[in-house]
Amino acid sequence: MRHDNFRKTTLSLTVLAAAAALAACENPANMEAEQLGWRGVGMEQVSNRRSEEALREANQMPEITPPVTPGGPRAGDLYENVQVLGDLTITEFNRLMTAVTAWVSPDEGCNYCHVPGDFASEDIYTKVVSRRMFEMTKTINEDWHAHVGDTGVTCYTCHQGKPVPEYLWFEERGGPAQAGGMAASRAGQNLAGAQVGLSSLPNDPFTPFLLGDEEIRVIPTTVLPEGSNPRNIMDTEWTYGLMMHMSDGLGVNCTFCHNSRSFFSWDGSPPQRVTAWHGIRMTRELNVAYLDPLQPVYPDSQLGPHGDAPKANCATCHQGVHKPLYGANMLQHYPELMAVSRTGRDDDMRAEVRDDGAGPAIDTAAEEALEAARQAIDAMDEAAEMAEEDYADEEDGDGI
Amino acid sequence: MSMLSFEKKYRVRGGTLVGGDLFDFWVGPFYVGFFGVLTIFFSLLGTALLIWGAALGPTWNIWQINIEPPDLSYGLGLAPMREGGIWQLTTICAIGAFGSWALRQAEISRKLGMGYHIPIAFSVAIFAYIALVVIRPILLGAWGHGFPYGILSHLDWVSNVGYQYLHFHYNPAHMLAVTFFFTTTLALSLHGALILSVTNPKKGEPVKTPEYEDTFFRDTIGYSIGALGIHRLGLFLALNAGFWSAVCIIISGPFWTRGWPEWWNWWLDLPIWS
Repeated sequence: MRHDNFRKTTLSLTVLAAAAALAACENPANMEAEQLGWRGVGMEQVSNRRSEEALREANQMPEITPPVTPGGPRAGDLYENVQVLGDLTITEFNRLMTAVTAWVSPDEGCNYCHVPGDFASEDIYTKVVSRRMFEMTKTINEDWHAHVGDTGVTCYTCHQGKPVPEYLWFEERGGPAQAGGMAASRAGQNLAGAQVGLSSLPNDPFTPFLLGDEEIRVIPTTVLPEGSNPRNIMDTEWTYGLMMHMSDGLGVNCTFCHNSRSFFSWDGSPPQRVTAWHGIRMTRELNVAYLDPLQPVYPDSQLGPHGDAPKANCATCHQGVHKPLYGANMLQHYPELMAVSRTGRDDDMRAEVRDDGAGPAIDTAAEEALEAARQAIDAMDEAAEMAEEDYADEEDGDGI
Repeated sequence: MSMLSFEKKYRVRGGTLVGGDLFDFWVGPFYVGFFGVLTIFFSLLGTALLIWGAALGPTWNIWQINIEPPDLSYGLGLAPMREGGIWQLTTICAIGAFGSWALRQAEISRKLGMGYHIPIAFSVAIFAYIALVVIRPILLGAWGHGFPYGILSHLDWVSNVGYQYLHFHYNPAHMLAVTFFFTTTLALSLHGALILSVTNPKKGEPVKTPEYEDTFFRDTIGYSIGALGIHRLGLFLALNAGFWSAVCIIISGPFWTRGWPEWWNWWLDLPIWS
């Protein structure tokens, strides 16, 4: 009798556990798979039709503002204090302002950035930020063709109707301090990091890789350890943290860019990896040149727990989709965004900051760091071009 | 060929599942039976298909020979021989051969009047294979989800499929399977070492009895599972390792498309602390 009871309890517990495990899973009737490489090697993306539909619905290009007829006076001549949009005609200027309001602050309206009745005023910090964002958009579209192609980006790519884009990052220090000194940081150990696919990998891989230019590649290029590769397993975890974020941010798995039999080898990788390589450099430049320096402009409420400015990562634009807005070419409908002038570039914004007294002036050390980062990025660009050429050569050369 | 002393028990008529007396005979020391014939048929045909596939491929290098499943675009249909058809037929032959072998084990068990523990245990291994090349492909809707038959190529498949779920070590069934595999080797190494030590006493002393085995483990870990119990435990551990391996790949894709770390959200979301 007791034996029977034991069996019944075990059986019902097993059934309960199985039901709970299944409830945490997805429905197999909705699965869809796409083959990305040679048959049989497992280069595929498996997705759930239902969540894919929801994602597609959430990432639609908004209605296009009716275009305006060209010609007419320049906005810079007519309005006061128009610094980067001065070359637009008055109709283009107004079209862009209407569009941006719908993209960024549909509920808050013009007054999200402008002082009512005094549009020239700089009293609201969001105006200073948005000016810089116009320049940044131009930089992305003009200088980073290697990543954004002809599709380009608009304000909507990141904002999608929200004044603050949904996906941003702030410096994180791997959880609460555990001890003093070297042991203080857990580097994400035993914490589910929201930015790294809920794994317990270092949960802020952005500070070293997307703001700093730490080496991402950790795999040795020699078969035997010859002491030439200083990277260790801890460095690898940081790299994996970044890669988790990329997968999560783009809604893809590792095989979208890598053949995992050899992660580092370019000739076995899908071409998307080249695009992603440029994307990392692009994001780094945007953070270094545009987003991080805006720190003094923001009120405290917009800053991170450690007082840093909100910054961009892959998810900021991609929002869980491998091509933002599923590759819809929105930029072509808004030629105004390409007419932004970046003449003042970095110094302009800083001058404003100083004039406003909104925050401390950015010191020269930061400027030097910025210049150094730029040079490093240029050097890496050249390397990438060479890598791409190699890749193309091999493609032509010995096709199997 | 002379018979071993215990073979008299075995070489008896009957106990067959199919074919009656027709295949109820021995070739040398080997029982044939209907399923022995079937095993030979499927394994020869399957091997011939693999060799044909290798002949069509670019290499005879044993490491690189690769018999690939069809493209996903063929879905659950048949593919032309050169584009995955060989893989499909080989898979049928493999399942036929493995299944026949298990049934032949069942017939032998019946002749000996034993339980069916051996065919059942072997069936778990067959289940793991079928999980990979039949159950999961059907659930995902294409034979192309099976793994390729090649020494290196199947490793590429394993690696890439693992990385489709970002971090496979977070797969709960994979955790169980790995734990069972390691525990199996631990139990086997302890047991193997114990048997070798009792059967290799000092020169001139007799082989030690199970009492010595029990005493050794009672003294070291406070408990001895016993001479029979260790084999039950070994079977339990080994079968669970195979079973949870099959589960861990069946749930990857058909029941979960995202990274496995994310699956554990249910734990983070438990109402106790969230």
